[in-house]
Amino acid sequence: MKKKMNFGKIFLYIILCTYAVVTLIPFLWALSSSFKPLSEIVSGAINFIPQNFTLDNYRQIFIEQELFPRWMFNSVFIATVGTGLNILFNSMAGYALARLTFPGKKGLFIIILAVLMIPAQVTMIPNYLILREFGWLNSYQGMIVPSMINATFIFMMRQFFVNFPKELEEAAAIDGLSRIGTFFKVVLPLAKPALAAQAIFVFMGFWNDFMRPLIIMTDSSMYTLPLGLNTFKGQFVSYWNYIMAASMVFTLPVLLIYAFFNKYFIKGLSLTGGK
Amino acid sequence: MNRKYSKRSLKEAGQGYFFMSPTIFVLLIFILGPIFYAIFLSFNNVRLLGETSFDFVGLANYERVFDDRRAGIALWNTFKYVMIVVPSQTILAIVLAATLNAGMKGEKFFRIIYFLPTLTSSAVLTLIFMWMYNREGLVNFGLEKIGLPTYDFIGDPNVALTAIMVMNIWATAPFFMVIYLAALQDIPDSLYEAAELDGAGPIRKFWSITVPHLKPITSFVIIMGVIGTFQLFDQSYIFSGGSGGPDNSTLTVVLLIYQYAFKSMDTMGYAAAIAFVLAIVILVSTLIQRKLSNEENLY
Repeated sequence: MKKKMNFGKIFLYIILCTYAVVTLIPFLWALSSSFKPLSEIVSGAINFIPQNFTLDNYRQIFIEQELFPRWMFNSVFIATVGTGLNILFNSMAGYALARLTFPGKKGLFIIILAVLMIPAQVTMIPNYLILREFGWLNSYQGMIVPSMINATFIFMMRQFFVNFPKELEEAAAIDGLSRIGTFFKVVLPLAKPALAAQAIFVFMGFWNDFMRPLIIMTDSSMYTLPLGLNTFKGQFVSYWNYIMAASMVFTLPVLLIYAFFNKYFIKGLSLTGGK
Repeated sequence: MNRKYSKRSLKEAGQGYFFMSPTIFVLLIFILGPIFYAIFLSFNNVRLLGETSFDFVGLANYERVFDDRRAGIALWNTFKYVMIVVPSQTILAIVLAATLNAGMKGEKFFRIIYFLPTLTSSAVLTLIFMWMYNREGLVNFGLEKIGLPTYDFIGDPNVALTAIMVMNIWATAPFFMVIYLAALQDIPDSLYEAAELDGAGPIRKFWSITVPHLKPITSFVIIMGVIGTFQLFDQSYIFSGGSGGPDNSTLTVVLLIYQYAFKSMDTMGYAAAIAFVLAIVILVSTLIQRKLSNEENLY
């Protein structure tokens, strides 16, 4: 009996390890390619440890493509400001829907739920025309303002505030804090775990978005990193060492965030996971 | 008394609208407004050059979908993609989650590794896979080593879409695995213990306890998967350089919408019509899925 259990465990470990290898290989291969000189890339040799290890690719991508830092700035700026606004506005809306009474509340809530069902492609074309009318094409606000709220996270924050202890707010009211003061000084600080989970997913959404910047940003100096990478690939078709180095630079920030906020990921997933 | 009360509720309503104001603004200008605008566009021929002009054409844009050979190809490609990717990624996610949840040591370690593709952007993943799918790349090297035929994954219309499918199953299964993992941890241990006393083996336990408990979450995962896969764009775009090639083999519905809306002249109204067709297809398949799994109240 005991022996059989062990055999089962070993079998499970084999599955787990095999899949871990399957997951890691593309990343390791990309990482290793980013440290190889071009001669080693075109030779077609399959070696994970570079024969002539070089950091040159990481230097070269910034020299060959002087817009690289600019793209990085665009991505960081749009993702950071967009995430900040989302956290604030989604929480405000979630709080109002959970706690306050006002005419049209139910209708608004239903609309927000319905919006979750509408594929982005339907609004993509009219949004382009609207942004064009506003003169917001090739601008940061064109990327940020239409996405400064998110129906999924408004819904999530509403669920969060419905379960939030009322006594704290009542105590704050007795201390003479206004409703708005209570929200910012008492409620929001206590909602930190939910906000962190939300922040990570919204940030990743902005950071990895490809289609919206592709439509909105036509001027290459306004590209975000995913668009820049795609252009970069077009310019350096067979320079896979450069392309992989650029990809690694682009991936690093999200990996760092993940390393620091690992636990909020899981929390956020179970919050968005429809449970 | 009554007056004071109404004053208070008036104040609360004001606060409510204040808190909702950014949401209401975006909803009106960038979501609800555009939906009606999109309906209008889909019944018009839109000209963008110079002054934007609209010619009402009735249902012509919708009729055109059925005559358009490329629209047919795009729908068929997308349909194939959904039918293969959704079941594969769901099964892979369940198996991985159940394996991880079997009380293994190093669960956290594996979970971190498995989650890497979820964190990485579709642009980066596509580039990494294009590099691996190269004629003399890592994948062909591996295939050759185990005695299988090699392919020109990026240039051969027979395998290009399959290459994207494999990549996306690999990339999205771990995300759904984490959702399953959370659900698995909610299943009480006592159930498994009772089954063990009755002499059930691991496979029996998996089918009789785990799978039925995961039914509601599976329904959710499949709906999310269907919605996501129907909207495939980034990978096809980058893989084919925006063309949907080779020979339209990676052309998806969303890529087609993009091309008609932004890359060819005077077809924006037609693109809007295809977008509605896609929205309806997604809605209908979601409803069918819900009917099949008999689960209500998932959202």
